[in-house]
Amino acid sequence: MSDAIADNAAVTAQNVTVAYGSRVVQSGLSFTVRKGDIFIIMGGSGCGKSSLLRVLMGLTPPAQGAVYYGKENFWGAPVKEREAIMRRTGVMFQSGALWTSRTLAENVALPLEYYTSLSPREIRDIAAFKLALVGLAGFEDFYPSEISGGMRKRAGLARALALDPDVVYFDEPSAGLDPVSAARLDELILQLRDTLGMTVVVVTHELASIFTIANNSVFLDAKTKTMIAGGDPHELLKSGPDDVVEFLTRGKGRDRGGIA
Amino acid sequence: MQPTFDITARQGELVVSASGAWEKTSLAACPGTCETFTSRALSAMQGDVRAVRLIAPELEGWDSPLLAAFHTIAREAFSRGLSVDVSGLPDGMAPMLDMALAVPPRDQGVKKTEPGFLEMLGEKCLAWPGITLDVVNFIGEVSQSMARFFTGRASCSSRDMWNVLRECGVDALPIVTLTSLLLGLILAFVSSMQLKLFGAEIYVASLVGVSMVRVMGPVLTGIVLSGRTGASFAAVIGSMQVNEEVDALTGFGISPTDFLVLPRVLGLAVMTPLLTLYADVAGMAGGFLVGVLMLGIAPASYLANTLEFLTMSYVWIGLLHALVFGFIISLCGCYQGIRCGRNASAVGRATTSAVVSSIVGIIVATSVITIIFTVLDL
Ligand SMILES: Nc1ncnc2c1ncn2[C@@H]1O[C@H](COP(=O)(O)OP(=O)(O)O)[C@@H](O)[C@H]1O
Ligand SMILES: [Mg+2]
Repeated sequence: MSDAIADNAAVTAQNVTVAYGSRVVQSGLSFTVRKGDIFIIMGGSGCGKSSLLRVLMGLTPPAQGAVYYGKENFWGAPVKEREAIMRRTGVMFQSGALWTSRTLAENVALPLEYYTSLSPREIRDIAAFKLALVGLAGFEDFYPSEISGGMRKRAGLARALALDPDVVYFDEPSAGLDPVSAARLDELILQLRDTLGMTVVVVTHELASIFTIANNSVFLDAKTKTMIAGGDPHELLKSGPDDVVEFLTRGKGRDRGGIA
Repeated sequence: MQPTFDITARQGELVVSASGAWEKTSLAACPGTCETFTSRALSAMQGDVRAVRLIAPELEGWDSPLLAAFHTIAREAFSRGLSVDVSGLPDGMAPMLDMALAVPPRDQGVKKTEPGFLEMLGEKCLAWPGITLDVVNFIGEVSQSMARFFTGRASCSSRDMWNVLRECGVDALPIVTLTSLLLGLILAFVSSMQLKLFGAEIYVASLVGVSMVRVMGPVLTGIVLSGRTGASFAAVIGSMQVNEEVDALTGFGISPTDFLVLPRVLGLAVMTPLLTLYADVAGMAGGFLVGVLMLGIAPASYLANTLEFLTMSYVWIGLLHALVFGFIISLCGCYQGIRCGRNASAVGRATTSAVVSSIVGIIVATSVITIIFTVLDL
């Protein structure tokens, strides 16, 4: 199977089914995230975007199908290999998911302490730098409970960048942020991609400004429980299925049944 | 005016009409009206009925109950493939119903109905093999993690380790002191009442010493630690689970077993025997107080009697108990924490289960060890 995977593929999903127990959330998902892509996973809320993300980043196995990193079958690999792959991916969780018993600097430092042999001083500097990158300079010694929700998200991003990952996953990065901060975050994502050459996968349920910078996508549908479109969102806007165009133009993923 | 309704079927069309005052306040005077209305309308939806028309002539007032009743009726009509006409409803009601009916109910929105007693019993029984397997899996993971640690291939958080050592060691000293001192007192009192009958009060010393060192000290320490430390392991790891902090660790390829469970298991394995030795001494001190102050035994003969019967093998047996309890407490606490659900009440349940299962585990382990050593004649 893996010979069908292009050389520039970063993450590939092949016929993935996402399920909780016997309840299928999404099925038949096949798409390729190319290296350097800004890839968005779109769909109405509750359609299974976060669940798909958990499968892609290796937290829950798919009920069916396979996920490839490069040409390596992620879920078929031994645990050690999987951990090595996960080390090269970063995640910004929907709620931030910072380690609440550690300060922001310690949050960013933990993966570095675990995986590198840098000196404490160097680690401290790296943590301060990553925090400054997301606009949190001066907050190194704050605990997650002492900062606002938006700042927690940004701190989560700083932590996701700790190990200079190849692929970064964002779950609803702009949800709960004011429009200015949301736009800043989008800019930041674009800059990171351009300067560090990262591949970015973003989950969103709203027509966020991230749309303008994305160059690849997949659209999940709650009703049919599968993807209804994929590819460059700007192309989709011109020639995609009606539902997708409506989502993109009106920002609504709802299907309206009528009353006679 | 009272809320009234009328349901009539004409030529395949069911006309459902409500009139009068339908606000919550007016409905309070005639309870059950809405329910009767809905159930009558639903039961009338049969035979050759192909369409449902909702109307509300002479409606004096309305709010959620009437709207909800109309919604239930319309939804049911839809699911039976009937057409629904809401144009006869007052302004404001029709658009709201329209909105509520716009998104068809998804199967995923439908919750399972509350199971009956037998069903619950059956489900619990069926869950057993799965849970057992899960526990065995967990123990296997922890053993592998320990093997990695002792061969230097796993690093665990030294900071967590120190925290554990402090929390279940130094911080537990006051309560261990108090409880074991009192237990020593109680043992001495109760046994002296019987021994007095034979004029053998001096044996209070060895009785307290041997029972404290061999089982009571370890059991008491175990129970104190499962309430203090086991519960806190479950609560801390459980709330990390709720907050996706455990996922964040896994996301970095850091095994939560190595990082969160291992330091706690190792920490308790070290601390429980040490605390037990301390509890033994405190308990014997309690016995000493009773013996010397109340029973009038000379301090020197109390000590001599204690030392005569307290052999080293008792100490080792007591320490073995303590080591086993340490593993039981930390494994129960961490297991419940790691497998904790994603909400606040799940953390509460995890904490309770951790304490209950570790105390049961302690008692069972004590019996097993005692039987084994009795058979071995030690
Ligand atoms: N841990 C879980 N157990 C069972 N069902 C879940 C769980 N997490 C999410 N779901 C269900 O899976 C579906 C998709 O959820 P999610 O992936 O969070 O959606 P999205 O991120 O697109 O809003 C929802 O219907 C939700 O109820
Ligand atoms: Mg989500």
